[in-house]
Amino acid sequence: MTALAGAYRILRRVCSTLTGATGFGIVTLVLVAALLAPWVATTDPDRLDVMNRFAAPSFAHWLGTDHLGRDLYSRLVHGATVAMSVALTSIAMALGLGTLLGIIAAYLPARLERLVLIVFDVISSFPSMVLALAIVAVFGPSTLIVVAIVALTLTPHFGRVARAQVLALKSAPFLEAERILGASFARIVAHHILPNILGPLVILASMDIPVVITIEAGLSFLGLGVRPPLASWGTLIQDGYQYLSDSWVPVVVSSLALAVATLGFTLFGEALRDAVDPRIRQEF
Amino acid sequence: MHYLASRLVTTVLIVLGAMLLLFTLSAVVPGDPATTLLGPQATPELSRRFIAEMGLDQPLYIRLWRFFANVMTGNLGVDVISGRPVGSLIGEVLPYTLILTFSAIGLAVAIGVPLGVFAATHRGSVVDNILAFVSVAFIAVPSFVIAIFLLLIFAIWLDWLPVLGASRTGAFWDEARRMILPTLALALGWIGFIARLIRTSMLEVMAEPYIRTSRAFGLSRRLVTYKYALKNACIPTITILGMGVGRLLGGAVLVEIVFARPGLGRLIYQAISERNYPVVQGAVLVVVVLFVLVNLIVDLSYSAIDPRIRHDASRRRATG
Repeated sequence: MTALAGAYRILRRVCSTLTGATGFGIVTLVLVAALLAPWVATTDPDRLDVMNRFAAPSFAHWLGTDHLGRDLYSRLVHGATVAMSVALTSIAMALGLGTLLGIIAAYLPARLERLVLIVFDVISSFPSMVLALAIVAVFGPSTLIVVAIVALTLTPHFGRVARAQVLALKSAPFLEAERILGASFARIVAHHILPNILGPLVILASMDIPVVITIEAGLSFLGLGVRPPLASWGTLIQDGYQYLSDSWVPVVVSSLALAVATLGFTLFGEALRDAVDPRIRQEF
Repeated sequence: MHYLASRLVTTVLIVLGAMLLLFTLSAVVPGDPATTLLGPQATPELSRRFIAEMGLDQPLYIRLWRFFANVMTGNLGVDVISGRPVGSLIGEVLPYTLILTFSAIGLAVAIGVPLGVFAATHRGSVVDNILAFVSVAFIAVPSFVIAIFLLLIFAIWLDWLPVLGASRTGAFWDEARRMILPTLALALGWIGFIARLIRTSMLEVMAEPYIRTSRAFGLSRRLVTYKYALKNACIPTITILGMGVGRLLGGAVLVEIVFARPGLGRLIYQAISERNYPVVQGAVLVVVVLFVLVNLIVDLSYSAIDPRIRHDASRRRATG
């Protein structure tokens, strides 16, 4: 109950600014579209209607149709499902793995700790887009690869923050006391360290969502991520871009959807950070 | 000196780690590389010769050793399709990517810094508020989406600027005109980013006692703002810029493809569609080395910009 009340209080603080409220509105909209895509969409996103190619927006097709006569609005709604499932899965993986490595690194002897940090540095020294290209070159494009790459590139990000948090916490008197009382390492981590370091990590995760959406869309735009006919915002933009000389509506509509979504998640993430703790601003 | 040494060692380790990763990737390519590259029609004779030429019949550790030795001597391998050295392919397109990236950074700094200073000195004004929103918008929207909109608006609807490609003749003005939209597409996000960073750190610096003291001594507001405050406010911005070069290079890949410009991005993209792994490997390695070098330079330049920062190991450890 208190957790729910706390979440409600934070949410009210997020929505107290115009930008935060805008972000929250967009995030809610995207999440509803992603979760309820089959009901929110007006028709089957893959249904072809070649007689109606590049139809202008109308009552039947709210945002018009693409080069195969598919309903753009329904495809955008289903694109939200793809974007959110890629973003949430990969961020959850990176959050879990990064936190684990970060906690372990903080307790390792100095030499091993340095080694972990160097591995983090190596991974972060690949610009994520370029690392993605190198891996796709080998394994070929697939949604699974996109998830794996994004998770891999974000892991050091969470790992570093987790480690820094644990280092600050490690010598706290209450942890010493717990150890003297005979608590196991696992108990200390699960009951004391995790709850204390999770806040900043979750904020970091929320701020990474737009980054992941961008990477997925970018790779799919190149034809190296989500494969057609699955509707991803990136593949929609790619389709629209190829048929730019026939109609500018598909490319504008799908780019706008992507732009609004990333903007919404960015605004929400920043408002969330400010609402939870203005002090941690500096860490990011 | 100790800091410099350890920083150099880390840099070398990062590059070696990246090479190891790229080699591992090439070693785990699914399927038989000869069949993948030459196609199913290749005669057994041809694929045997190809395997011998590429050294694919050697044990893994010898291939690893060769790869490292070759890279150290500047040999990045051979393009499997044209048979040309990968190094010279990269050499041809690298200037395009570098010029694009650095003109984007230049533009972002030239516009972002004054905007940030203005926002900080006019805190809470209408311009400050508009700037806050616009800069988030530019940061959040992916650069390839900005590229598509710029292309639509300025090249197709208004028809002010040439649409695609680099100049064929190499004439300076023609090329400069073709650079405008790609540079802008890459720079817009960074303008917002830099403006915000400068605003935040300016506000912090302006609250410092030495700024108040300088004002109390009667130095003009302009002199204090631009000479004393801005200099210190720039330091965090430089760090972020260094780290951002990687993202910028990644963005450049997509922008190059939207505008059909030659560059590292298009080279990697084409090589992927041809499954030309040596080219991908070489080009990715060059990007990583560039990125690591820029970060090294940024790190080392702190002490030159800010004498307060002394690189002793104990302090760095404490701050994590």
